Amino acid sequence: MTLGYFIYKIILVVVVFAITMVIAMYSTYAERKVAGFLQDRLGPNRAGWFGILQPVADAVKLFMKEETIPSVSNKTLFIVGPALSLLTACMTGVVIPWGTSLSFFGENYSLQIADVNIGILYIFGVVSIGLYGIMIGGWASNNKYSLLGAIRASSQMISYEVAMGLAIIALIMTTGTLSVGEIAAQQHGWHWNILIQPLGALIFIVCAFAETNRAPFDLPECEQELVGGYHTEYSSMKMGFYLFAEYINMFISATVISTFYFGGYNMPFIGRFVTDPNLLALCGVAFLFAKIFFGIFFFMWVRWTLPRFRYDQLMNLGWKVLIPLSILNIVLTGAWMMRHEILNVFIK
Amino acid sequence: MITTYLFYFLSFLAIMFALMVVISKNPVHSVLYLVLTFFTIAGHYVLLNAQFLAVVHIIVYAGAIMVLFLFVIMLMNLNKETEPHKTPWLKFSAAIAAGLMLIVLVGSLKGAETIIATNPFNGNIGLIENLGQCLFKDFLLPFEVSSILLLVAMVGAVMLGKKSIK
Repeated sequence: MTLGYFIYKIILVVVVFAITMVIAMYSTYAERKVAGFLQDRLGPNRAGWFGILQPVADAVKLFMKEETIPSVSNKTLFIVGPALSLLTACMTGVVIPWGTSLSFFGENYSLQIADVNIGILYIFGVVSIGLYGIMIGGWASNNKYSLLGAIRASSQMISYEVAMGLAIIALIMTTGTLSVGEIAAQQHGWHWNILIQPLGALIFIVCAFAETNRAPFDLPECEQELVGGYHTEYSSMKMGFYLFAEYINMFISATVISTFYFGGYNMPFIGRFVTDPNLLALCGVAFLFAKIFFGIFFFMWVRWTLPRFRYDQLMNLGWKVLIPLSILNIVLTGAWMMRHEILNVFIK
Repeated sequence: MITTYLFYFLSFLAIMFALMVVISKNPVHSVLYLVLTFFTIAGHYVLLNAQFLAVVHIIVYAGAIMVLFLFVIMLMNLNKETEPHKTPWLKFSAAIAAGLMLIVLVGSLKGAETIIATNPFNGNIGLIENLGQCLFKDFLLPFEVSSILLLVAMVGAVMLGKKSIK
């Protein structure tokens, strides 16, 4: 490991972090614009051209607000909660392959920060830790609504993690690898995993909605029943951290879905038009981000279209529909992979 | 060697967090320290080049089991008033029992011989390919039997949790 390589990785980390932050920031703007569009109104249009400075104005507002820490709360954990949420939200980007690799002066620079051989499980592990931020924050507020919101969030996330894990198992069976980089590389041309695993992709997307606490699964923060859910007691930038973490999670979910099922940085037929490898890699990055932006738009589209579930409906969907379906998906995938052996048994 | 320093650092943290689990008065703090202990143990797995075990350790213990623990403890709302009052007599006997246990442990560790591994240590043993080969080829039957055991436990839990229909 040379010094240049080390510096390159640090630059990549900073760039990925910066892009994540900017996208999360402008997701708040995009969400209001999409909501406005779907409800036939204008959305924010006062700050700057087409309201483009709205996120900056919001950030300034959040920073200037008075910061209150309830006197009955557990002060340390009250601060740890939002920090942990934001930290875990930013950790997943490390194993995502943002593109193939750039080559300068005979050296190859991969656009993936760390190609761990268990990348999928790493993502899964980080998602499962992300829950602690919400749980700690909700409990430390010492407020019944916050606690209820935190408990709803954790039971919902644990339930949907099971179905998500089972959907991923079927994906691992067909790809034969746990490395995210390899999964993305396998999907060149039209070999997108959604065509091989349509049911698994559907289950994964539904679970991603539940994992990010987005509507129609946003029961942890439903305003009518729980005031604000787990962040009822939070004000100023701590509340901003929670909201920001939600938008980062949405961005990361869209990225993971595009990488696992929609070909990642691959685009069919692009090799015919672009031959220069560096340009091809940059095109791949652009395609990945186009898919991610569509994914984020899809998240918002669903939020402003579907009403919220009831809590028992949510649990029934998770345990009685998605888990049996994902087990069926595993069985079907296994049978398809062993079809020659099974046919041989019947022919003889 | 950086791995040696990391080993001592992680061991120090693991022991410190494990002590904090016992010492801290608030049960929620205890659970959170236990989660941190699991993280340091996962760090040890990474040092042994067993990334798969490390991540599964985090997913299963920190991500699922401890969340359920935290869940139950948060709902029970344990505080000073609900803390069971123990007599000095009980504390005294508990201290003696734990002290005897410590003596037994120290004595057995002192008399133990250091084990020399017959097979040379293979750095790749913890990687997922080798683990899969081991579990699904060499130890297939025990593996499947233990999965049936877990299934039985699951069915039992569902049976106990079910409302009796009359």
